[in-house]
Parts: sequence; structure tokens; C-alpha cells
Amino acid sequence: MIGLGMKSLWNRRFSVGLAVLSIAMSVALILGVERLRNEARKGFANSASGIDLIIAARGNDVQILLATVFGVGSTGAGIDTSVLKMVEGLDPVEWAVPIMMGDNHRGFPVIGTTRAYFDRYGQTESGALSFAAGGPFETSDGAVVGAEVAARFGYAPGDVIINAHGSGAVAFDVHDEAPFVISGVLTETGTAVDRMVIVSTEGFDALHQDPDDAEADPLSALASVPEPSDDSHAHEEHHEAGHDAHDDHSHEEHDDHEHGEHDEPGHDAHDDHEHEEHVEEGHEAHEEHGHDSHDDAAHEHEHEPNTINAIYVGLKDKTAVLSIQRMIAEYKTEALSAVLPNVALLALWSITGTAETALQVMAVAVAIAGMIGMVVMLMASLESRRREFAIFRSVGATPGWVCGQIVIEACLVTLVGLVLGVAMLAGVTFVADPILTAQYGFGLGAVVPVDQEWVLLAAIFCFGAVAGLIPAWRVYRMTLADGLAVRL
Amino acid sequence: MPLLSIRDLKFSWPGASAPTLDLPSLDLAAGESLFLGGPSGAGKSTLLATLSGVVDVPAKSVEIDGTDVGVLRGAARDRFRADHVGMIFQVFNLVPWLNAVENVLLPCRFSTVRRDRSGSDPIHTARALLSALKLDDASVLDKPASSLSVGQQQRVAAARALIGKPGLVLADEPTSALDEDAKESFVSLLQQECRDSGASLLFVSHDKSLAPLFDRSLDIRDINAGGATR
Repeated sequence: MIGLGMKSLWNRRFSVGLAVLSIAMSVALILGVERLRNEARKGFANSASGIDLIIAARGNDVQILLATVFGVGSTGAGIDTSVLKMVEGLDPVEWAVPIMMGDNHRGFPVIGTTRAYFDRYGQTESGALSFAAGGPFETSDGAVVGAEVAARFGYAPGDVIINAHGSGAVAFDVHDEAPFVISGVLTETGTAVDRMVIVSTEGFDALHQDPDDAEADPLSALASVPEPSDDSHAHEEHHEAGHDAHDDHSHEEHDDHEHGEHDEPGHDAHDDHEHEEHVEEGHEAHEEHGHDSHDDAAHEHEHEPNTINAIYVGLKDKTAVLSIQRMIAEYKTEALSAVLPNVALLALWSITGTAETALQVMAVAVAIAGMIGMVVMLMASLESRRREFAIFRSVGATPGWVCGQIVIEACLVTLVGLVLGVAMLAGVTFVADPILTAQYGFGLGAVVPVDQEWVLLAAIFCFGAVAGLIPAWRVYRMTLADGLAVRL
Repeated sequence: MPLLSIRDLKFSWPGASAPTLDLPSLDLAAGESLFLGGPSGAGKSTLLATLSGVVDVPAKSVEIDGTDVGVLRGAARDRFRADHVGMIFQVFNLVPWLNAVENVLLPCRFSTVRRDRSGSDPIHTARALLSALKLDDASVLDKPASSLSVGQQQRVAAARALIGKPGLVLADEPTSALDEDAKESFVSLLQQECRDSGASLLFVSHDKSLAPLFDRSLDIRDINAGGATR
């Protein structure tokens, strides 16, 4: 019967092929959406794995989670380092790792932390952090870069990098006075860490305790005011140039020079050789001083010395998590929140759930369209196959057999569609996974179907078989009416 | 005891005012070949429908090989047909996407009786039958049935009707699509094979020129009191 079904379908391979293709596409889409969803969630969950609590200034759980673990957005305010001491002193606390944020390196978030971060973070599922090259930072100017950061810019241990204020991709303020030396590159984790640059808390603080800040030149601040339009342009130029040689020059000279250059493009008047050098650097020098005042005024940069943004906490006794959370929430000195990463993730999923559901509904709709395509294909062929069915009847086939033959054909079409769909997804996975992983930190995952996907595939198969009953019922009625000799 | 025995068979198509068939008596002996002539609408096809068990007939009116077809219902009738009756039609006898041998072997799929009677190697039996019907070119046998000529198709259909030695072969105008020369050679080949397998042949046709080739010939109008309205 199956052999006959296959021969019959092969005889109509073009229209059957189209039906198979539409089912395959829908299968690939359903599985693809499901996998993306699961992998994305897994990637997110892994990013927070090993952390029992995240302590930050009082705020929204999801916001704190996104900011601290994924480097998206920022926490409301900093918390005092005394909180870290307090948390470390709590009995059920096994470890506490400070997290400082607010800087970026060419668009990738920079995290200030301690060496314990590498030992404590990501202890489950994705495994502990390991190094593809080098090791943790030994000095305050050491930096560890995530796999994606390293891959993007071709960093290797020993390279010197410069970080910038803010979390955007465009650096408005570069800490070029404090470069970092890469001490290690992390292996790929598929989590947010891949996109991070990790430095020591001392190194992070050092950026923000720049001695120059104290003696910020009021004149330079003035100078920056009349020409705000120049800022972005100059900054970019500065960023690329990455100089730091002009610190020795006196501010007065700077100032004079600045105005000279800006007001009168021709700078023949500056005959001093020292100025000569300045002429080229003046722009940047001016801007650098200018931004200090900006910074203070605009608060684009949340970090202040002796404050941290968050604390990752691991507990000896996991059952204490709620009591610790309550304790943190009731902390008198500062308004704090203690976030359970998994609870915050659930809150996050409830937000993204609508979009996911929409995607799933779309995928199911496509599957239904594929099934309808198959039913239409089978129905359309029935009329031209009436003679064929009559022949089968004449050699002894019952109407039930003919009916069953149609169901078998539907099953075969669905089955081939399923196999082709899985194969298509495997092909897409093979091609797209490296790209997805590089772009988003997660891929489609397994090439072969995994547990719950078999259930999904079985469901689609059953649906196909049931859909086959529609033309089968029609053919049953038809063969009964036609008898053995069809006269068309 | 005749292989086929009809007694007081009355049959009306749904909605018809007069019975299409009103057949007091018709017998066909085992191994006999009967030509049944008559114009269209005289009830020839209806008679074949009643004999092949496609339509319901009253009990005790049709008996084939000792079985009362009238008491069989649905699937049992289909099984009975598969076991005891071979059929050849005017045209469109073959499943187009199967080759000649596969078409011949179709009854063996539905009837264990006929498969058992086809010997230990039904494929060999099928090829032998086709060969006896002058179809032994391997290139023809392996092609899909749709690429065969009408004459070839009818011979494949004959082989299919005969495989597994059914007691009764019903032929419904099998020669009407063939030219004059092919007609006679087809009929004589068919009769030869029926004789060899011991099957009774009921050959229905409006072409009276073929009548002398059979053991006996009848005109349906002479035995059927109904009909003519159809």
C-alpha cells in the first residue's frame, strides 16, 4: 500500500513536490521559531547562571538584570562600597562580586569587577568562564575581553585598548589617559559576557579619579560653550587619534591657542614651536577639557569613586535567598534592591511573551497554510484519478482501501515535508549559526531535532494525516458512486 | 451446475420508473464463452454491474461459483469480486503510473486466493501471461502503462483479468477501441487464455461481427424484459 502510494505520488511529483515544499517550509519555520525562542532564553538564563542575587540601587528588577548582566541600559544610581562589605559579612553569603558599569569600549560594555568574577560567574550550564588566551588581569590596568569583542577587533593579550564613557556605540568621551593592557581573552560562552570588556575595580576607578579633573580649567569650560556643534566631530577625530601627549602644556597656552585657531583659521601668528605642535592637537585638547564640565553638568556618566553599580551574590545556602532579599530591601542606609535573576527573567519573558506568541502564531498559520496546500493538491488530483480508483475497485479494492490510500498519500507527503523541513533547518542552522552567534550571542542550536521538537513533529504529522481524511472521505463517497466503470 | 446462474433478476437504478433489468434466467457453464450483444441502453452494462457486485441485487437472483452474490454486502462483495471475477473494460483499464507487470499483479494485492493460484512466483506468472498474449518485449513491460498503445493496454488488461485463474471473466466492450484486425486477434487470444485457465467468459459488445467467435451468443433484448428506457 505504501509502495503504491509512493508510486502514485511520484507520478504527480511536480504538484506533490510543491505541497511537500510548503510543508517543509512551515516545519522549518515552526522549529526555527521554537529554537530561536528557546536558545535566546537559554542564552539569557546562562548569562545569569551561578548568580543567586543581584544587589543594586533600588529599581525595577528587569532593568537591574538587563543593566548588570546584559549591559543593556543602566542601573538607577550607584551604591556605596560599604554595601559590598556588609553583604560579604552576611552569613549565608558565599561570595560577592562588585560590578561597576557605565563605560564602553567601542560600543561594548566595560565592566569593572574583581578577579573573583572569573571564578564565580557562570558556574552552571555554560560552565565557568575559561580563557581562550592569557588569563585574568593581574594589575589595575589589565583587561579581559569577551570572545566576541576579541573576534571583532582582533584583540590578543598584550594589546592596548582605550575605553570611553557612556554605553553608546559612539564614544563621546574617551579615557585615553588610562589605557588598558589586555591580559586575557575569554572563550565563547554564548552569553552576554562575550560582548564585554572586564577590568579591575581599581582600573575602573582610576579612570574616574583622573587627577586632571580636579584642576579643570574654567576657561576651557567657557571655550567649549560657544561651539557645541564642533563637539561630536572633534570627539570622533580624537577617538581615532587617541593622543595623550598634550597634558604637559599649560592651560593658558591651550586656551590662547584654541581661541586663536577657532576665530582665525590662519594661525601664522603662532610662531612658537611648541604651539606648532599644538595646532594639530589643539582641537582635541580643547574638547577634552570641555567635556569635563559637560560631564559634571549632564550626568551622562553615573560612576563616582567609591561607588559600585551592583553586586553579584552567591549563597552557601540557597534557601536563604528570600530572607537575604528581604534584608537587602530593608537596608536602612541606602535604598537597595536584591534581584533574583530567574524571577527577573520570568518577568522579562512575560514582556517578550507577546512577541513570541505572535511569532508562534505566524509559524502555526504557515503550517496550516502548508497543510491546506496539501489538501488542495490531493483534492485537485481526485477528479483526474477517478478512473484510477475505479480500476482498483475492479480488481478487488474496497472503497475503504481507496480512502486509506489517500490518507497514506497525505501521510507520505507530510512525512517527506517533515524530513525536508528538518533538513532545511539544519542547512540554515549550519549557515546562520555562526552569524547569529556573532551577532546576538545565541544560535539555533542542535542540527537534529531535540526532545520536545519530536513531539512537535509528531503533532504536525498527525495533523497531516487528519487533513488527509478530508479528500479521503470525498474519494470514499466518489468510489461508491462511481462503481467500476467511470464514464467521463 | 453452471458457474454463473441468474434467476429472476430485477434491478432498477435509483429514480428509474421501470426496471432496467428483468432477467428471468441466464446460465453460463464453467469454461463456456458467451457473447452478449445488443444496442446501448439495453441493460448490458447494468447486468455487468450486478454480476461484479457493484450494486445491490436481491438475494437468490445471482449466483457465481456457488455463492449468492445478493447476500454479500460491501467489503465482502469486493473481496468476492477480487477472488472470483476478472474484469476488462472498454478503455482506461490500467493504472497509468504502474508498469504492465505491476498492473497485471494488482488482483494479487487484494486477493490471497488469486495470489496463491498465481504460483510461487506471481511476477513470473504475470510475464508468462503477457507473453502468451503476445506482449513479451521487456522494454514494453517496464514502461508505465500510460505509454502503451490501446491494443497493448487491452492485452495487459486481459492478463490482469486472468491472473490467479478467476472462475469468471467479464469483458465490457473491450474491443471497441481497437481496429478490425486487432479486434479479432484480441478476442481469439482472450478466448484461448480463458480456455487455458478454465475461466468462463461473458463478453459484452454491440459489435455482432464478433459473435461467431464464441461458444454461444445472445442478444440482451431477447432475455431482458426490462431495459430500453435506459
